[in-house]
Amino acid sequence: MKSIKNKVHAGEKAVKLIFTSCGFLIIGFVILITVFLLINGIPAIREIGFQDFFFNSKWASTAADPSYGILPFIMSSVYGTLGAVIVGVPIGIMCAVFIAKTAPPKVAKAVSTAVDLLAGIPSVVYGLLGMIIIVPFVRELFHLPDGANLFSAILVLAVMILPSVISVSSTAISAVPKEYEEASLALGATKTETIFKVTVPAAKSGIVTAVVLGIGRAIGEAMAVMMVAGNVANMPGLFKSVRFLTTAVASEMSYSAGLQRQALFSIALVLFIFITAINFILNVTVKRNKE
Amino acid sequence: MEDKISEKRKFKNMLLNTLVYLCAGIIVLMLTGIIGYIFYRGLPKLSLDFLTSAPSLLNDTVGILPNILNTIYIILMTLVIVLPLGIGTAIYLNEYAENKKLVGVIELATETLSGIPSIIYGLVGMLIFVQFCSLGTSLVAGALTLVIMTLPTIIRTTQESLRTIPNSYREGSLALGAGKWHMIRTVVLPNAVDGIVTGCILSVGRIVGESAALMFTAGMANNIVYLFESFLPEKAGSTLSVALYMYAKERGEFEIAFTIALILMLLTFIINISAKFAGRALRKRKENDD
Repeated sequence: MKSIKNKVHAGEKAVKLIFTSCGFLIIGFVILITVFLLINGIPAIREIGFQDFFFNSKWASTAADPSYGILPFIMSSVYGTLGAVIVGVPIGIMCAVFIAKTAPPKVAKAVSTAVDLLAGIPSVVYGLLGMIIIVPFVRELFHLPDGANLFSAILVLAVMILPSVISVSSTAISAVPKEYEEASLALGATKTETIFKVTVPAAKSGIVTAVVLGIGRAIGEAMAVMMVAGNVANMPGLFKSVRFLTTAVASEMSYSAGLQRQALFSIALVLFIFITAINFILNVTVKRNKE
Repeated sequence: MEDKISEKRKFKNMLLNTLVYLCAGIIVLMLTGIIGYIFYRGLPKLSLDFLTSAPSLLNDTVGILPNILNTIYIILMTLVIVLPLGIGTAIYLNEYAENKKLVGVIELATETLSGIPSIIYGLVGMLIFVQFCSLGTSLVAGALTLVIMTLPTIIRTTQESLRTIPNSYREGSLALGAGKWHMIRTVVLPNAVDGIVTGCILSVGRIVGESAALMFTAGMANNIVYLFESFLPEKAGSTLSVALYMYAKERGEFEIAFTIALILMLLTFIINISAKFAGRALRKRKENDD
C-alpha cells in the first residue's frame, strides 16, 4: 500500500514539474528573443556610433563608403503609422458607432462579420491588392512617375488597421452603461448628439486601446508595406518612395553580410523596442479600463 | 420633438448620421470589392492542373502543389509542437500555479509574445533555429518559429475554456480519490476541448496567412518536399503566402499571385467561420454554467 502511494506521489510530482516547466518556457522564449536581439543588435550600433546610427539621415549600406543612418526608416515608420491612424481611426470609430448603436441588430451583425473577414485576410493579399489597385490609382491621381510611395503605404495600412480598431472600439462603445444615454436623452439631446457627446467620450479609454492596437499593427507590418511603399531609403515625403523599419530589415536580409547584416539586426532591435513600448502602453490602458 | 431643435443642430445630426452610414458602407463595399476583384482576377487560372502540379520549365507547368504541401507540413509540425506546450502552460496557470506574481509574469510574457510583429519572429527564428541550431533554411525551422508565434493564442483560448469548468467537477473527482493528474486527464481536459479546438483553428489561420516570419526561416523554394523528409534540416520550401509574395513582387506574375490570393482568401474565410462556430459552442457552455 505504502509503495503504491509513493509511486503515485512521484508521478504527480513529475507531472507538476512538466506543467510548471511549460509555464516557465514562455518566460524563457521572451528572454531568448530579447537576448538574441540584444547580442546581435548592439555590436553594429557600437561600431557605427549611436549618434551616426540614429540621427544620420543617409542609409547607403552597399556603397563604397557605406553609411548606416536609420533616421529615414524611423521617420518613415512614424509618419506611415501616424498617417494610417489619421485615415483609419475616424472611419473605424464611425463604423464602430454604426455597429454598436445605429444599426438594427441584423445589419450590425452582418457588418461586424464583414469586419472579421477583413481581419482574416493575409497581409500579402492586402499588399497584392495595394500593388495592383492603389499604386496605379495614386500614380494617375497625382500624376506621379511612380505610385509606390508613402501615401500608398498609408492607405494600405489604414485598411489593415481598420478591423482591430472597429472591433475593439465597438466593444467599448456598447459597454457604456445605458443610464448615461438615458440621462442625456431625458435632457433633450437627440440620439445622434447622445452618441457623439456622451457615449463615445464615455468609451474613450477603450477607443484609446483600439488606437494603440492599430499603431502596433501598423508599425509592425512588413510584407504589405514592402509591396506598396517603393522601398527606397529616402527621408519620408508623402509622395516619396520610402522604407519602413520593418521593410529595411526584410529587403536586405537575403543578401547582406558583415556590418551591413549586423546593422539590420540593430534595426530589428530598434523596432522591438518600439513595439515593446507600445505594448507597455497597451497593457497599462487595458489594466486601467478593467479597474 | 425633432421639429423643435434648431436648424443648426438638425444639420449637425444629419451630417454625423450620414458619416456613420457612409463609413459602414465603405467597410462593406471594401470587403465585397476585395472579394469580387480577387475572384475576377484569380478564377480564370484556377484549375485542377494548377493545384496539382509543380512549377517546371521542362513540362511548362506552373502549379502550386509544392506550396500547398509545404503549408500543410508547416501547419502539422507547428501544431504538434505548440499544442502540448500551450495546453501545458494553460493547465499550469489555471490548475497548478499558486504564486500570483509568477502567474502575472507568465501572462505578461504571453502578452509580449503576441505583440511582437512577424518580421521580428522571422529574424529571431533565423538567428536561433536556422543558424544557432544549424537546422538551415528549412520547413522545420519555420515551424519552430511559428510555434513561438502561435503559443499565446493556444494558451489564451485553452485558458478561457479551463476557466469555465466549474470547480465542483474538480472537487468531485478529487473526493473520489483521484490524483490531481488523473483528475486533469479525465475531468479537466475533456471539458476544455472546445477552447483547444478554437485555438487550433485560430493558429492555422495565422500560419496560413503568415509570410514575413517564414521567408527567412522556411525559405522560398518551390520544389516538392515529400512527407517523410519534410521534417529534415535543410529542406526548404515556401508556403502559399510566401509564394504569393514571390510571384507578385519578385517575378511580376500577377495572375498566379491572384489565384493564390483567391485560395488564401477562401481558406481564411473557412477558418474564420469555423472559429466562430467553435467559439459559439464555448460561449453556450459558459452561459449554461452561469
